[in-house]
Amino acid sequence: MIRLEKRAQPSTIWTVATPILAVVLTMIVGGIMFAILGKPPLEAIRTIFWDPLFHPQFAAYSRPQLLVKAGPLILIAIGLSIGFRAGIWNIGAEGQYIMGAVCGAAAGLALYPAETRLIFPLMVLAGALGGWAWAMIPAILKVKFGTNEILVSLMLVYVAENILASVSSSLLRNPEGRGFPGSRNLSQWDAAANHELIPNTGMHWGVVAAFIAVIFAYVLLTRHIQGFNIRLTGEAPRAARFSGVSPSRIILLCLGMSGVLAGMAGLFEVSGPAGQISIDFNSGYGFTAIIVAFLGRLHPVGILLAGLLMALTYIGGELAQLMLGLPGASIQLFQGMLLFFLLGVDVFTNYRLRIGKAGGA
Amino acid sequence: MDLSSINPILLIASIMVSATPILFAAIGEMIVEKSGVLNLGVEGMMIVGAVVGFAVAVNSGSPILGFAAAALASALLSMCFGFLTQFLLSNQVATGLGLTLVGLGLSSLIGKPYEGMKSPTLPKLDIPILSDLPVVGQMLFSHDIMVYVSLALVAGVWAFLKYTRGGLILRAVGESHEAAHALGYKVVRIRLMAIFFGGACAGLGGAYLSLVRVPQWTEGMTAGSGWIALAIVVFASWRAGRILVGAYLFGGVTVLQLNLQAAEVAVPVALLSMSPYLITILVLVVISARGAHGAPAALGRPFHATS
Repeated sequence: MIRLEKRAQPSTIWTVATPILAVVLTMIVGGIMFAILGKPPLEAIRTIFWDPLFHPQFAAYSRPQLLVKAGPLILIAIGLSIGFRAGIWNIGAEGQYIMGAVCGAAAGLALYPAETRLIFPLMVLAGALGGWAWAMIPAILKVKFGTNEILVSLMLVYVAENILASVSSSLLRNPEGRGFPGSRNLSQWDAAANHELIPNTGMHWGVVAAFIAVIFAYVLLTRHIQGFNIRLTGEAPRAARFSGVSPSRIILLCLGMSGVLAGMAGLFEVSGPAGQISIDFNSGYGFTAIIVAFLGRLHPVGILLAGLLMALTYIGGELAQLMLGLPGASIQLFQGMLLFFLLGVDVFTNYRLRIGKAGGA
Repeated sequence: MDLSSINPILLIASIMVSATPILFAAIGEMIVEKSGVLNLGVEGMMIVGAVVGFAVAVNSGSPILGFAAAALASALLSMCFGFLTQFLLSNQVATGLGLTLVGLGLSSLIGKPYEGMKSPTLPKLDIPILSDLPVVGQMLFSHDIMVYVSLALVAGVWAFLKYTRGGLILRAVGESHEAAHALGYKVVRIRLMAIFFGGACAGLGGAYLSLVRVPQWTEGMTAGSGWIALAIVVFASWRAGRILVGAYLFGGVTVLQLNLQAAEVAVPVALLSMSPYLITILVLVVISARGAHGAPAALGRPFHATS
């Protein structure tokens, strides 16, 4: 008989090994899935994980995309991971991301067509505020009334999507757009554009912000008392309360931070790669970032790597759609499976497999 | 603006139809939570139920077969969640989220060829005599069979929890798995059965959406119904009767909002379409402001038998 025995300490080796094992398992099961769909499995896996970086023809185009896609994922996931560490489940990052983009773009568009480089920082600020305000709704409701933040933050995603649909066809619509929904193109307006900083790398301000967020989160979680309090609240809520940590402050802090980061991610996206506010400019980054946060083991450096990997599956997925006619949804399924396998193999981090009859221990 | 175009009889009849998917999902999830497991994957199981039910119904021409397949498919999917959380002791919140993401991906993969098709739909089942009654007849007794199944399910769950030994054991497992384990009950097995039941119910709810309510398959068609079902369980304080109230209340808001849109009331469409979600939040706030009532004590806590 196989049974599980709890480890006294989480295994360090397995902490690092589980994400890798999960990726390998996902490749195997994903390959089987591709085979069922009638596509060559090995070629599909290679197209997703290898070709975007090293294909002689496409790599020049797809390599910069890696940072473009990873930037928002990392930025959002860092914010989420801080909350998850404290046991605060903000799963409505998608809504905060949308609201950040809407608020930031609105702040910029209000000043159209002024030409000063001050507009862009102002937009970033407005975006961060928008995301923060949207995250404050579940935070304040949780603090004041004890409302479940999972459900409220998620409901607010649908509210935000409705707001987005509404403003992109009314308030923020491009007056010169011949009645089509969608705002003016921000990336073509120099004062508001989030340009590529180094040509052909995909490096834009959002990616810079993501790297800063990684360092910030690392310092916060390992060197700062608030970071310690956050971890304590997650691992031993009672002990945290006895040592004088206010749960309300942690809730406001964690949700606030993830709101700010998600809002900024939205603004960087809308002023750069997406270019304009439109009904479907958001591409589900807020949800994928949840996978990134877990795949990165809620650790800043892990999230950096996980974000790059997840960006790779996005680009590789598009490439596989193009070259092999793989359905777009299979990539979504692929990403979901990755989370599943990760959570499954995670058991080895905290438990030891024992084969044989129970006894002794 | 023309409010008189809204027919109250048809309104109530359509409220029952629009509440049924959420009712199925919520009553299933209530059983899962009663056993002490929080499955946040309702949305994912519902949408898989919707697509599988639709596909089977289209291919076989039988909506009943579609419903059966949907229940089975979603229950099997819920077993992934069950395996991860019960045997591999994974975090229930994260695994539930994963289930939703997997379900959304899987459903759009399966559903691609079925977009734009029409499914065979359930015939209206006029209950003899009762359906001939004026007003109430058309309102209450002239629905398809699944509406009555959902109501019977609520009554069944209520009776199961209140009067049967099985219901007592289920509640015991949800309140204190250590105590239940010490008494010799198989905690993991009971929870797996509850998860399976919850999955099957979510599947029926999803299939009702794609086979009766809409009836079509579009990607992401559940649009948060699964999450609303979760909210209704909280609203209902884990009681079967209140699940019914919650689901119908919510169905009412949805239908009223659609009717108001159609009647071109001078309220922005965006505000009307977000109203179900806003009202869900409002209801959650009101419920939680009164303090948490009736949440199973072991809800969301993993169980690992040490001996």
